[in-house]
Amino acid sequence: MPATGKLNQRKLAPWLFLAPGLLMFMIYVIIPIFQSMWISFYDWDGLGEARWIGTANYVELVDDDAFYTSLKNNVIWLLLYMLAVPAGLMIAIFLNQTITGMRLYKSLFFFPFVISQVVVGLMFSWFYAPNFGLFYSLIEWLTGSGVAILADDRYVTYGIIAAGLWPQIAYVMILYLTGLNNVAPDQVEAARLDGAKGWRMLWYVILPQLRPATFIAVVVTLLGALRSFDLVSIMTAGGPFGSSRVLSYYMFEQALSEYGYRMGYGAAIAVVLFAIMMIFISGFIWKMWRDETER
Amino acid sequence: MVHLAKGALALMAALLLSTAASAQQRVLTFTTDNNDPAPKAAWEQLVADFEAENPDVDVQMNIMDREAYKTAIRNFLTTDPPDVANWYPANRMAPFVSAGLFMDISDVYAANDLTTQLASTLPIVTQDGKQWMVPYTYYQWGIYFNRTVYEQVGATVPTTWEEFLANCEKFKAAGIDCLTTGSSQLWPTAGIFDYLNLRTNGYEFHKALTNGEVAWTDDRVRATFAEWAKLVPYTTANHAAIDWQDAVPLIVQGKAANYVMGNFAVAAFKEGGMTNETLGFMPFPTINPDVPRAEEAPTDAVFIPAGAKNVDDAKKFMAYVARADVQTKLNAALGQLPVNAGSTVGDDPFLQAGFEMLSTTPGGIAQFFDRDAPAEMAKVGMEGFQEFMVRPENLDAILDRLEKARARVYQ
Amino acid sequence: MFPRPITQMSVPAQTLYKIAVPVALLLWLLPLLGVAMTSVRPASDLAQGNYFGLPSALAFENYAQVFQNTPMLQYMLNSFYVTIPTVIGALALSCMTGFALAVYRFPSNLIVFFMFVAGNFVPFQILMVPVRDLTLNLGMYNTWYGLALFHIAFQTGFCTLFMRNFIKALPFELIEAARVEGVSEWRIFWFIVIPLMRPAIAALSVLVFTFIWNDFFWATVLTTSAATQPVTAGLSSLNGQWIAQWHLVSAGSILAALPPVLMFFLMQRHFIAGLTLGAVK
Repeated sequence: MPATGKLNQRKLAPWLFLAPGLLMFMIYVIIPIFQSMWISFYDWDGLGEARWIGTANYVELVDDDAFYTSLKNNVIWLLLYMLAVPAGLMIAIFLNQTITGMRLYKSLFFFPFVISQVVVGLMFSWFYAPNFGLFYSLIEWLTGSGVAILADDRYVTYGIIAAGLWPQIAYVMILYLTGLNNVAPDQVEAARLDGAKGWRMLWYVILPQLRPATFIAVVVTLLGALRSFDLVSIMTAGGPFGSSRVLSYYMFEQALSEYGYRMGYGAAIAVVLFAIMMIFISGFIWKMWRDETER
Repeated sequence: MVHLAKGALALMAALLLSTAASAQQRVLTFTTDNNDPAPKAAWEQLVADFEAENPDVDVQMNIMDREAYKTAIRNFLTTDPPDVANWYPANRMAPFVSAGLFMDISDVYAANDLTTQLASTLPIVTQDGKQWMVPYTYYQWGIYFNRTVYEQVGATVPTTWEEFLANCEKFKAAGIDCLTTGSSQLWPTAGIFDYLNLRTNGYEFHKALTNGEVAWTDDRVRATFAEWAKLVPYTTANHAAIDWQDAVPLIVQGKAANYVMGNFAVAAFKEGGMTNETLGFMPFPTINPDVPRAEEAPTDAVFIPAGAKNVDDAKKFMAYVARADVQTKLNAALGQLPVNAGSTVGDDPFLQAGFEMLSTTPGGIAQFFDRDAPAEMAKVGMEGFQEFMVRPENLDAILDRLEKARARVYQ
Repeated sequence: MFPRPITQMSVPAQTLYKIAVPVALLLWLLPLLGVAMTSVRPASDLAQGNYFGLPSALAFENYAQVFQNTPMLQYMLNSFYVTIPTVIGALALSCMTGFALAVYRFPSNLIVFFMFVAGNFVPFQILMVPVRDLTLNLGMYNTWYGLALFHIAFQTGFCTLFMRNFIKALPFELIEAARVEGVSEWRIFWFIVIPLMRPAIAALSVLVFTFIWNDFFWATVLTTSAATQPVTAGLSSLNGQWIAQWHLVSAGSILAALPPVLMFFLMQRHFIAGLTLGAVK
C-alpha cells in the first residue's frame, strides 16, 4: 500500500470509529439539550399545537413559590449530601485493616450502593412509617410521641436525604478504600518517625495523597445530589403539599405527571437545573482539560 | 369472544387473533383501565353480550393499570389510538377535545335519543356545542360511618353541622378520631373541601369557583375554610402520611368514626369485616340551611378517539353502552349507579341510599374538584387543601397561592 | 499503611476492634435487614403488631404470592431485555470511540472527548421531553428497545471516558510496531487492542448492568405497561397497589435488588475496578 493511502486511512479511521457512537450520542443527548431550551419558550400541553410565548415561562418561574421550594431543597441536598465525603472517609479509615473476613466486611459495607434507589426508597419508607416503622418507634420510645417524618413538612427533606446518603457514603467509602490502598507506605513511615500521628498525620500526609479520590468523591456526590429524582418520587412524590420537591422532580411533575400537561414550563425548569449543573460540569471539565494538556 | 392482552403484546395478539377470527368479523379495539377484579369482570360480561348481539364484531379488550393509564392515554391517543377507550368527562376530557383527539359523537346522541335519556350528564360531555363521551356510571360521595362507635359514645346521626361538631367533641373525649382520611394522594382532601363549600356556598358557587370566575381570596371561600378549621382538630393526625386505603382500617376497628368518601369505598369497608348493620351512610350535614342541598357524584364515560379505525362499530358500541338495560346490568355488577334515566338501580342499601339522595337533590350535582377544575388548578388546589389540614395557620399564604394559579390557569 | 495496623496494637484493642466491626456493620445494614426480615414475615404477624420480633414462621409464601399475583416475573424479564442489549451496545460503541480518541491525534480530538464527558453529567430532565418525543415518533414508545436505545446512547458517554483513558495507558509501541508491519487500522483495533481491553470490558459490563438495572427515571418516562416496564418502574406501581402490605413490598424489593447484588458479589473485583477508576493516579 502506498504511503499516502496509509496516511489517508489514518486520517479517516478515527472518524469511522467515532461515527456510530458519536451519532447516537448526538441524537439522544446533545441535540435534545438544545431542543429542550427551544421548547422552554413555548406553551405546549404535549397534545396539541405548541404556542410561542417567548420568555413567559421563565418570568412565571421567577414568581413561582414551588420553584423556590424546590431550589431551596436542592441547596439543602447539595450541602447535606457533602457529608458523604467525610463520612465515607471515616468508614474507609475504620475498615482499612487486615483482620480475618475483612474483604467480606468491606463488600457488605459497600452493599447499599448496588441496590436500586427505588428499593432504598421503599426500605426507608418502611423505616419511617408511622406507628410501626423502626425509626418512628425509636423516636416514640425516646420522646413519648412519634414523628411521621415523611408527612411532616419540617423534616421530610432531611428524611429523604438520609436515605440518599446511605448508598452515597458507601460509594465514597469504596473510593477512599482504594485510595488508602495506594498511599505510599514509605512516606507514612517517614512521617511516623518524625512523630506525626492521628489527625496531623491524616491532614498533612494522607489527605494530600488522597486528592484524586477526594476529587472524584466530590464530583459524584454533587451529581448525586442534583439528580435526586428517584427517592423523592418513591418516598413522597414531592409531598406533603410539595414541601419535599426538588427541581428534577418538579420538572417531571409539571410535564408528565397525572395533572401535569406543561411541557414548556417543565423544559424551563430543566434548563435552570441544567444551568446549575453546568457550573459544576465546567469546573470539572476545566480541571480535566488542564490535566490533559499538561501531560 | 373476549381477548385479553396487555401493552405491546396487544399488537401481536391482535395480529394472531384477527387471522383466527372468521373472515367476516370486524375487529373493534377497546382500551380500558378497569383492571380491578370486579369492574374487569363487569366489562368482560358487557363485551360478551355486545358480541352476542353483533356476531360480526370481535371486540378486543386491552386492560391497563389504572395509574399508568392516566399518563399512557396521552401517548396512545396520538400514536396508536384504539377504537374505543374510557376516561373522565368535564375538565379531564377538555385538553384532549381541544387537541382534536376525541371524535364528535353528537350523531350517536341524536340517533338514539340520548339527549333525553342521558340528560343529567349532558353538560359535562358537551364542549363547543357537541357531545364527545357516553357516560355509563356514577357514584355518590357522602359520609360513611361506624355505627358501633356512634352507639358507644351515645351520638346520634347528625343532620346539621352543629350536631356533627358536637358529636366530634364526644368522639374526642372517647379517644376516637371524629373524621379520618388519607391525604397522601391529595384527592381525598378535595372531597372534604367540595362538600364544605357546597354546604356553605352552594352549587352555583362551586361551579363559578372551579371555572375560575371567583377569586380564591373571596370572603365566601374564607367562610368555607372557616368551617373546615372547626373540623381540623378532630381529624386523624397522620393523614398526610397515609393513603385512603390505610384509613379504612381506622373506621373498621372503631378508631375513627366518620369518613368523607365515594361509594367505591364500601367494598373496602366490607372486606375489612363491616356489614350493612355496622356501616352507615349519611349525606354531608347541612351548614347553611338557606343553601339548597347539592351533592358530589363523579361520572365515568367511554369515547371514540379521533384516530379510530373502525368508526361504525365504535359508534354501535357507544349506543350499546348508553342503552338503559345495558347500563342496569353493568352497574349491578360494578356496584354503582347507572346514568340512563330508564335504568334501574341495584338493591344494595348503599346504592339505594345514594340514588335516593342524588335523585332528590335540589341544588345540583358536582363532578369532583379535579374534574370540574382544570388539571393545573386541581393540583395546586388539592395541595393547598392538604397544607390547610396540616397547617391551618397558613391559610392566607395558601389562598394567595391559589389565587395566583387562578390568574394564570384561566387566562 | 494508614491507619496504623491493628495487629501492632494491644490485645484488648484488637479484640475490641474485632467486635466493633460486625456491630457497626449490623447498624449500617439495619434498614436492609429489617426489610429482609419483613419479606419472610407472615401477614398475620403484621396484623398482630409483631413488626420487629423474630417472624413467627418463615413465610416464603410472600415471594410465591408476589410471583403469582403480580407481573413481577415479567418485570424482571423486561429488565433483562433492556439491560443486556444496553451493555452490549454501549460497550461495542465505546470500544470504538475510546480507541479513536486514544490512538489518533486529530484537531478536534479533545473537544469530542470532552463532549462525551460533559454530556454524561447533564441532568436527565433536560433530555426528557425531546427524547420522549423522539421515541414516540420512532414508534418505539413503550417498548424495551426504545428504552435500550436511549440507554446505549447515554452510557456510551460514560464508557468512552473510561475506555479512552484505559487505551491511553496501554503501550503505544504495540500499535506503532503493527503499523510499521503494514497492518490495517481495523485489524489493529480488532486483533491487538480489543484483547488487551478485556479487563476494562469486564469492569464496564458489570457497572453498566447495575446502572441500567437500577434506572427508574427513564423507565417511568418511556414505558407504561406491565408488558414492557422494567422492575424498578414495576415495583413502584406495585407499591401503589400494595397498600399497607409491607411483607409483599419487602419481598418485591428484595427480588428487584437481587440481580445486581449477585452480579456485584460474583464480579466484585471488576466492579470496584470500574467504580474507582481515577481514584488513584
